[in-house]
Amino acid sequence: MNVWIEKQKYLIDFTLASLARRKAKNLGLLLVYSLIVFLLASVMLFTHALRQAANELLAGAPEIVLQRMVAGRHDLIPPGYLERIARLRGVLEKQGRLWGYYYDPVVKANYTFMVADDRLLAPGTLVVGAGLARTRGVAPGNLISFRAYSGKLFTFSIADILPAKSELVSADLVLLGEADFRAFFDIPPGHYTDITLRVANPLEVRNIASKLAQQFPDSRPILREEILRTYDSIFSWREGIVLALATLALLAFAILAWEKASGLSADERREIGILKAIGWDTGDVLRMKFWEGAMLSLSAFLLGYLAAYLHVFHFSASLLAPVLKGWAVLYPRFELSPVIDGLQVTTLFFFTVFPYAAATLVPIWRAAISDPDAVMRG
Amino acid sequence: MIELRQIHKTFNAGRENEFHALTGIDLQLPAECVTALRGPSGSGKTTLLSIIGCLARPTSGRVRLLERDISGLPERFLTEVRRRTFGFVFQQFNLISGLSASENVMLPAYPLGGDRQALQARAEQLLAGLRLAHRRTTRVELLSGGEQQRVAIARALINEPPVIIADEPTANLDTALAMEFMAIIEELAGTGRTVLLSSHDPLLVESSLVKRVVDMRDGRIVHPAVPAGAGR
Repeated sequence: MNVWIEKQKYLIDFTLASLARRKAKNLGLLLVYSLIVFLLASVMLFTHALRQAANELLAGAPEIVLQRMVAGRHDLIPPGYLERIARLRGVLEKQGRLWGYYYDPVVKANYTFMVADDRLLAPGTLVVGAGLARTRGVAPGNLISFRAYSGKLFTFSIADILPAKSELVSADLVLLGEADFRAFFDIPPGHYTDITLRVANPLEVRNIASKLAQQFPDSRPILREEILRTYDSIFSWREGIVLALATLALLAFAILAWEKASGLSADERREIGILKAIGWDTGDVLRMKFWEGAMLSLSAFLLGYLAAYLHVFHFSASLLAPVLKGWAVLYPRFELSPVIDGLQVTTLFFFTVFPYAAATLVPIWRAAISDPDAVMRG
Repeated sequence: MIELRQIHKTFNAGRENEFHALTGIDLQLPAECVTALRGPSGSGKTTLLSIIGCLARPTSGRVRLLERDISGLPERFLTEVRRRTFGFVFQQFNLISGLSASENVMLPAYPLGGDRQALQARAEQLLAGLRLAHRRTTRVELLSGGEQQRVAIARALINEPPVIIADEPTANLDTALAMEFMAIIEELAGTGRTVLLSSHDPLLVESSLVKRVVDMRDGRIVHPAVPAGAGR
């Protein structure tokens, strides 16, 4: 065992010296390799952390949202629905919700207006998301005006800015009182945009959703898990696009690695011949080259992954955010909680380190199994 | 010690450029003797050395080492035989650039995985014996031709092989360095080693150092080995 360990140490020593001897070439390769890993790891870490953040934020959302449909379009819920829902067994809590979209021509952005159900807002005041506050350059105490769809101008005082922690879902949010909302969007009393429901037994969510569908054939129940799934598929879709582009880069790198390996330089072939002539066997040469590939690819993997981690969790993924967050004007700014998924790391490892090792080892093996006789001839 | 029976070596067999490098070589090389293969370029000296030193396989024929047939051994065992039995000094020295003299000397011992300190001490002792102690940490490409050859000799000796094979060892040396090489070989022969040289340099082949001369031409041995001095 000691002999084996000592032998590996000798091989590693030689490998390090070998890497140092072709410094420029290996540094170039390390840089390209690290960049590829950085790109792939950034996309994976970022989308994974986004999903996690969305899951955490939506964990407190109602289990079911009921929306009324007219001619296949979302419409207001008229009075009477809330009372009928209250009679359904298993419904713990129901609440009419008021929300709507508003296009702000000043900054060419869409806002989500919503009646705050967890805070009491004085008439004429509102609370805005951090993204909106940034875009419009407003702070608590400032006045802000919006022209309603009726043509009437409304001026509000900003009571507060929503915390940055929730910015993923609140960047474009405007919270206001019910009376102000109804006046701004011209919605009559008793009408709601939709109804939220909390269910006593979470296992009964689907049963209650089907009862709602039966009792209110003009409505559609939306489950919290469906919203989460939608978020998930949106992030997966965006991640897929970026990864598809990154795959091209990966492919280019694989070609480079193959080129490097299969096109062994005369010096490298000569070196393999010398080593064999002086007593190294094919296995020794392959082990040495394995260590060379392993050191290079592991260093590149660690460097790339570490850089990606810092990029995503300390620099807010500034290079990828525009592609992966996807807001048109109001980009949310938020700190993602660091999440590292073992399966993800393993996948990335196999997609980067493994192809490189294979691309380099196969041609070296071909060179290493030939007779060292040519070395004798200089 | 080494016996060759009907050795043939053909390159590019079956192709238009088929070439018979060796044809029916029969030769016996006794132990503890300095033997020189003499002949013009292309006579097959290097090919024969490669086959004797297990660097290449014959197309046909038998190679026996210490009464053991090694012609059919698989690659792994052949490497082991090569490592334990032969030390090579190549015409172009074949040192690895970028490594120091002592690192080059230690290279053949790496696959054996021995104790590092002992190996280093042995490498330094060999280099010191060849008057290279002061150059042990110098990168080999910075050494002179004579120094490079002495590093190559030290490397050939690191695993203490009983047989030293040197291909055209004086081809790249001036007369003074060639004499120095011969003195080293004489010293090695004095320690009971078998030395096999290939050369067409009269200074070497016709010296008192060489005990047997084997003349070669066109891949054949032209006449049986002659004692040293007979060719003068």
